[in-house]
Amino acid sequence: MSGAGLQIKGVDKFYGPVDHGVHAVKQLSMEIAKGEIVALLGSSGCGKTSTLRMIAGFEAVSRGQISLAGREVHTFAPVKRNVAMAFEGYSLYPPLTVRENIAFALKASKLPQSLVDEKVAYIAKLLEIEDILGRYPSSISGGQQQRASLGRALIRDADLHLLDEPMGQLEPQLRAILRGRIKHYIKEKGLTAILVTHDQTEANALADRIAVMEGGVLQQFDTPQMIKERPANLFTGTFVGEPPMNVFDATVTVSGDTMVFGLNEGVRLEYAVSDFSPAVLAELRNRKKVSLGIRPYAVRREDGGVPARVSVSQWLGDQTHIAADFAGGTMVLVEHDRVRLGLGDMIALKLDPHNLHVFDGESGVAVSHGPELA
Amino acid sequence: METTSTLEKTLRLLALTLVVIFFMFPIFWIFLMSFQTNETILRIPPQVIFEPTLSNYTALITGKLTSAAGTLDIAFMKNLGNSVFLSVTSVALALVLGVPAAYAFARHKFKGSEDIAFTLLSFRFAPPLLVLLPLTQYFQWLGLANTYIGLIWVYQLICLPLILWIVRGYFEDISADVEYAYRIAGHSWFATFRRIALPLAGPGIAAAGLLAFIFAWNNFVFALVLASADKQPVTVGALAFVTSSGIQYGQIAAAIVLSVTPTLALALYAQRYLVEGLSLGAVKG
Ligand SMILES: Nc1ncnc2c1ncn2[C@@H]1O[C@H](COP(=O)(O)OP(=O)(O)O)[C@@H](O)[C@H]1O
Ligand SMILES: [Mg+2]
Repeated sequence: MSGAGLQIKGVDKFYGPVDHGVHAVKQLSMEIAKGEIVALLGSSGCGKTSTLRMIAGFEAVSRGQISLAGREVHTFAPVKRNVAMAFEGYSLYPPLTVRENIAFALKASKLPQSLVDEKVAYIAKLLEIEDILGRYPSSISGGQQQRASLGRALIRDADLHLLDEPMGQLEPQLRAILRGRIKHYIKEKGLTAILVTHDQTEANALADRIAVMEGGVLQQFDTPQMIKERPANLFTGTFVGEPPMNVFDATVTVSGDTMVFGLNEGVRLEYAVSDFSPAVLAELRNRKKVSLGIRPYAVRREDGGVPARVSVSQWLGDQTHIAADFAGGTMVLVEHDRVRLGLGDMIALKLDPHNLHVFDGESGVAVSHGPELA
Repeated sequence: METTSTLEKTLRLLALTLVVIFFMFPIFWIFLMSFQTNETILRIPPQVIFEPTLSNYTALITGKLTSAAGTLDIAFMKNLGNSVFLSVTSVALALVLGVPAAYAFARHKFKGSEDIAFTLLSFRFAPPLLVLLPLTQYFQWLGLANTYIGLIWVYQLICLPLILWIVRGYFEDISADVEYAYRIAGHSWFATFRRIALPLAGPGIAAAGLLAFIFAWNNFVFALVLASADKQPVTVGALAFVTSSGIQYGQIAAAIVLSVTPTLALALYAQRYLVEGLSLGAVKG
């Protein structure tokens, strides 16, 4: 694996003077295998585009190394890196038609015209832009421009494809259809791709692994399932997952056979010590303050649980979202059945120990997921 | 509602007409003068009705000026040729030097790049005469005095800053990503400049070139100081009509009409490019 794919080692990006300018990307290190699709997921301004532009060669790295297909490319000119990119702002060439825009990506490869035509036709069909191939960028919609720009990137045989928010402008139905097709196309051709997005559904659907970024720092780099089940810190825990994870400040006390999480307003969650592994117990014993997280799908209503007062209850057609006042905050829970609850109704909540995520109260780093250490 | 808007329209039209008359009247008057003899021009009170004559134009074109004191050779056509040659070559040189420089300033910001660009612009701030006096000395010394090369060189003081600053703005308006998209597809830096940046900034470059041409054409003082009669453009050549036996108003007027026509035509033509060039911002994003 090493050598064939992409390796980023200790990369920093400063806009302006090194160590004094805007620190957009901080000590980024990651390895992407050949043939892998990775989603770069994070909120706006977290450094996703900066990362892509350094890989493509449009921005110099302030520190660190980037290797691609066994070559150290971070000092190369863009033309030498053999990377394809779909730009956030489309960046189509205005005097050319959509067809010419897509085809010019192949000019440098000196393919025969018939093969170019064939490839363009294939990509256009894939992205549903066959009817606008003869039009100019200024005369088509944002969504169409975006697909043309995506086509211009996908048509190439590059060592790496960088797709910067490639579907942000598309209507949801089309986006859902294209997701599947694009993934199939990339996998079939064995391409390696980094997809930038702030849409976690897109990341989950397309990517083999997700890199969650925030504030220029890589928070976690793992499979969609691991990120959901074992978030590395409070940020990933709350950022990924819809509706977001419920989080409450808590203190931990262990006495005899019971462990107690003390929440605000005197709420006490009691568990048997045997519900947690000895290592987790040892870790928790040393901490005074933790953040306790539980996903909305994992909260159960059960007689004898902790009482909570319903503030919102909404049937969404396929599931019910309930919000309830709990321990000085709000607990959100999701149930698959239609639940009829009114404002102010009392419910009893049960938080099973194997669904609890415990994070350090100060650093937010995950301590345990269920009975196991993080 | 309807009436106020008609009133407003009328008032606007009136104001516009006044402004146009105010600015166009001298030109119109000169145009009339160019078809009159000195006698009719100097008649008091001035007359709008006169018998038009083409004698001023024929005198300019044949180069023979007949006046009370005899005939005089004038080099107006030669001057016109000089004007065309000096302006065209100066603008061409300024484009060859200025467009790549403008691209560099637009795309590669480095420490001090803004200062260098501003220094180049500041050439326009200096009063030309101040620059010229020491320059005549140097030009004598270098053997550049009274040469076309020397003049074209000095004309760069007019053309180069203009082109540099205008074209730089147009390059800055082109999204860098359009160029990146081309470069990443395996094209060199130079191919990108030639096939993407240049065509996209084309209307802007044309507009800047035409403006520079007009400025070069209208220049007076550089050629007055640095060139002798056979190298002088029309702006200086017109001085020949001030003769010992009087001022040839009719011929001056005809000379003005002839020398203004090319620039006027170019300005009207450039207008289209300027508008087209300004809408280039739509390329962004
Ligand atoms: N050319 C630039 N000059 C200065 N700051 C920049 C530049 N490009 C991006 N930034 C800053 O770097 C940070 C990361 O930006 P970006 O990589 O575009 O984030 P994202 O793509 O995740 O939205 C932001 O704070 C942004 O303001
Ligand atoms: Mg971005």
